[in-house]
Amino acid sequence: MSTRAKKPERTSDRQRMVALLHGMLRIRRFEEKAAELYSLGNIRGFLHLYIGEEAIAVGAMQALTGEDRVVATYRDHGHALARGLPMGSLMAEMYGKTNGCSRGRGGSMHFFDASRLFYGGYAIVAGGLPVALGLALADAMQGNPLVTACFFGDGAVVEGEFHETMNLAALWKLPLLFLYENNLYAMGTAIERSQAQLDMEIRAQGYGVPAEIVDGMDVLAVETATQRAVEAVRSGGGPHLVEFKTYRYRAHSMADPDLYRTKAEIEEWRRRDPIDLFIAGQEIDASTVAELESRVAAELEEAVADAEAGEFEPLEDLERDVYTPLP
Amino acid sequence: MGQFVMPALGADMSTGTLIEWRKAPGDTVSRGDIIAEVHTDKADIEVEVFATGVVEELLVEPGAKVPVGTPLAVIREEGEAAIPVAPPPAPAEAPPAPAERPPRLLVSPSAKSLADELGVDLAFVRGSGPNGRIQRRDVEAAAAARARAPSPAPAAPPPAAPAAAEAEDRQAAMRRAIAAAMARSKREAPHFYLSETIDLSVALRFLADENARRSVQERLLPGVLLLKAVALALREVPELNATWQDGKVIGSDRIHLGVAIFLRGGGLVAPAIHDADALNLDELMLAFRDLVTRARAGQLRSSEFSDPTITVTSLGERGAESAFPIIFPPQVAIVGFGRIVERPWVSEGQILPCPVVTATLAGDHRVTDGHRAGAFLIALDRRLKEPESL
Amino acid sequence: MTTFREAVRQGMREALEGDERVFLMGEDVGRYGGAFAVSMGLLEEFGPERVRDAPLSESAFVGAGIGAALAGMRPIVEVMTINFSLLALDQIVNNAAALRYMSGGQFSVPLVVRMTVGAGRQLACQHAHSLEVWYAHVPGIKALAPATVADARFMVLDALEDPDPVFIFENAILYGREGELDGDRPAPYRAAVRRTGGDVTLATYGGSLWKTLDAAEELATEGIEAEVIDLRSLRPLDMDAVLESVAKTHRLMIVDEGWRTASLAAEIGMQVAERGFDLLDWPPQRVCSVEVPMPYAKHLEDAAIPSATRVVAAVREMVA
Repeated sequence: MSTRAKKPERTSDRQRMVALLHGMLRIRRFEEKAAELYSLGNIRGFLHLYIGEEAIAVGAMQALTGEDRVVATYRDHGHALARGLPMGSLMAEMYGKTNGCSRGRGGSMHFFDASRLFYGGYAIVAGGLPVALGLALADAMQGNPLVTACFFGDGAVVEGEFHETMNLAALWKLPLLFLYENNLYAMGTAIERSQAQLDMEIRAQGYGVPAEIVDGMDVLAVETATQRAVEAVRSGGGPHLVEFKTYRYRAHSMADPDLYRTKAEIEEWRRRDPIDLFIAGQEIDASTVAELESRVAAELEEAVADAEAGEFEPLEDLERDVYTPLP
Repeated sequence: MGQFVMPALGADMSTGTLIEWRKAPGDTVSRGDIIAEVHTDKADIEVEVFATGVVEELLVEPGAKVPVGTPLAVIREEGEAAIPVAPPPAPAEAPPAPAERPPRLLVSPSAKSLADELGVDLAFVRGSGPNGRIQRRDVEAAAAARARAPSPAPAAPPPAAPAAAEAEDRQAAMRRAIAAAMARSKREAPHFYLSETIDLSVALRFLADENARRSVQERLLPGVLLLKAVALALREVPELNATWQDGKVIGSDRIHLGVAIFLRGGGLVAPAIHDADALNLDELMLAFRDLVTRARAGQLRSSEFSDPTITVTSLGERGAESAFPIIFPPQVAIVGFGRIVERPWVSEGQILPCPVVTATLAGDHRVTDGHRAGAFLIALDRRLKEPESL
Repeated sequence: MTTFREAVRQGMREALEGDERVFLMGEDVGRYGGAFAVSMGLLEEFGPERVRDAPLSESAFVGAGIGAALAGMRPIVEVMTINFSLLALDQIVNNAAALRYMSGGQFSVPLVVRMTVGAGRQLACQHAHSLEVWYAHVPGIKALAPATVADARFMVLDALEDPDPVFIFENAILYGREGELDGDRPAPYRAAVRRTGGDVTLATYGGSLWKTLDAAEELATEGIEAEVIDLRSLRPLDMDAVLESVAKTHRLMIVDEGWRTASLAAEIGMQVAERGFDLLDWPPQRVCSVEVPMPYAKHLEDAAIPSATRVVAAVREMVA
């Protein structure tokens, strides 16, 4: 079966652990708030929650520098937050306001931030992979020692664009890091019903791409594995793939009645809640947790206020930015 | 090879119906001969041919309604051999006349703009496009036809019934045509009016003397004096003997007086007496009588319709004292006479009864002015006081 | 004198020489010399980093073009034909066209994609598409159709100078056409009057231009003088040029190799109806491809696509 990452040792760097927890809590509470606001009608369209997967975004981002590039999917809130996009700009984006990270043009599924090299936010499954390929190609051609980290899920790995991207990235030895968040379900389709070969290590081998499989509920394991892969990629080792075994506690989206999973299964995975696991594993005391929670709550409250205070784009600007204005 | 085509017999005529051929293939024709009778909405008109030679082939059947300009017959002119000729490109059978009038006028947007620009009334334009749609070239043709063949008697809009209309229909069509033409003339030509009451005592004494020497059939009517006087006065003020076309004045060195003739049952035609200034009073009288007879019989010629350079209308014995008529486009003036009446007149310090007639000149102010019109009336007055010179 | 294909090559060569960010990527553009021999010699001249043979992965390499453009490169992606570009439509429509807008204006995608289009070589229904109108439909991208040797060369440069995605459609029957290479650089995104005339406006683009010009010559012998407008740019469409011509001729015929229904001709006709209604003396007409998947047999294919004969016959009816 898969090679499990070594259990992280307790580290004396307490602050770093608290920071990791803070990162995960920020995502968790943000998502819960988003769900609430969605049901109130302040957020519309589709909303895909990252609850349960926080360890991946937080842990993986630790391995990247600010100059590396990030491509995510429509389930991008956690990645955006972990990447440093301000909470208020994400909330405002979901409110459709101009102070949103995409000026209200994208919504939940299309977070973009050029200054933080966060290249979206793609609603087409596997749609971002070729773009990530191109980002890596540009760095290779320009001789930049940079890595493009591309997050995707188990639905993407059966799309043609995944196959093409893996092949071409490997063929041209591009600095592309494939970060595979396997939460076992592509919308309502379990991986057993969609992948003929469930073992991604074997599949990746088929492309000549080194792969590692990691417990996605363990933020330190995520961090360590991603770090390893980043180093390999950055040093010219060509593309690498890391698979994170994870689970989303909520349905695919707010619209999903979640009929394809059993309560028992969800419960089983809840016992491995990455936040709970980390608090326990790192023995973080309750008062620290409480303090973090209140910081997160304050940040969240401010973010909601930012969103509510934001403006809607004037209708006259509807056609703005279809094309780049010429000098 | 000469061709005889459907002539334009009125400024706004766009189609005509061939009623009857007066010549057959093999017949010799001379310029001016009547070759056919054509029905327009105004009248049945005998049409003359302008080529001299032998009729080679008749291209259109009686009853056919064709656009103006459609070749109707081929004339082999003098000196030409009898060469079999393929029928000209225009179809031997008449272009389909709509069985019934189309429910609405189809006109291309561009043709509509052009019609507005050129002042062409679309009701009088026949469309050559699908379903009779009027296109630019139809409007252009109508404008050109109007320029080519000036006439005071515009044709009526396409008749509701086919060619062989009943008298009533013709009457109605003629009324419509008159209505449209008069309305347009008033709308487009800025009319101004001058009138002069003329002492006819000398003229009428002259007439009485002349008629004493003539048999009853040869007697001259006062109207003839008026006509001749108008013709001679026009020689002095030739600007009024002109037509206005495409923004230009086209003068004429010949004076063809259109004489307004009221038809029994209603309606009006104003055919020309050609070169009225050159005819003596008897000739003028004959011409006038002939015109009236033929007008009332519907036997006017095409050239009589298209040639007047000015029109004279007289209300005659039953009319009012003065007339303020409407100009027949594209002429630039019209002369109207009221009834000859006895009125108190000042003569050498005394007030005496005197026969007078009020002459009115309506002028198109785009082309002429009161000064010229006034000069005309003065000349007219003088002529009528010197009846021996008529 | 140069051929159209040599002119495209020349345009690319100039771009590769002039800007190190420019590179060419596509199937068989390197070793093979280009499926249509357009890029012949460029690999030898510029090396494998700048002239990249891509595997048969349209979605991946078009998407890679997008990503590379985002990160500062100036890629020219060659998709062998518009038929194969269908595989990359997700990247084109959902990414390239939308990235600027959906990010709130944060990114531009200075991507150039060239592809071959058109029928006439008996390559049957999966190799003969003329689907330019699909691209012309999408806001966020631009679409060009070179028909002359000068345009073959300069449109590549125009496209590279544009900060937004530009798609260039080269009709396969044009590659061997000869013309003058040197000359003034035409204004980008504007139509060109290739022949003046007063009786009818013939608006067309790409491979149909020369058929339309042939038709115009034949019509001239019948006394019908056609004005031929080469649209050059399909999105944006230079409707001002078309309307200016229709103001003179009052009759419009569009010759378009796409299928008739929902064609580019339909768009142009509609725009003329909207903006030039009063100029028209005749309803706008079009000669398009017959609505069949392109057949193999020559006589059928020839009958299915626009031809000078069809144009002449159709124009005759308009001026009859």
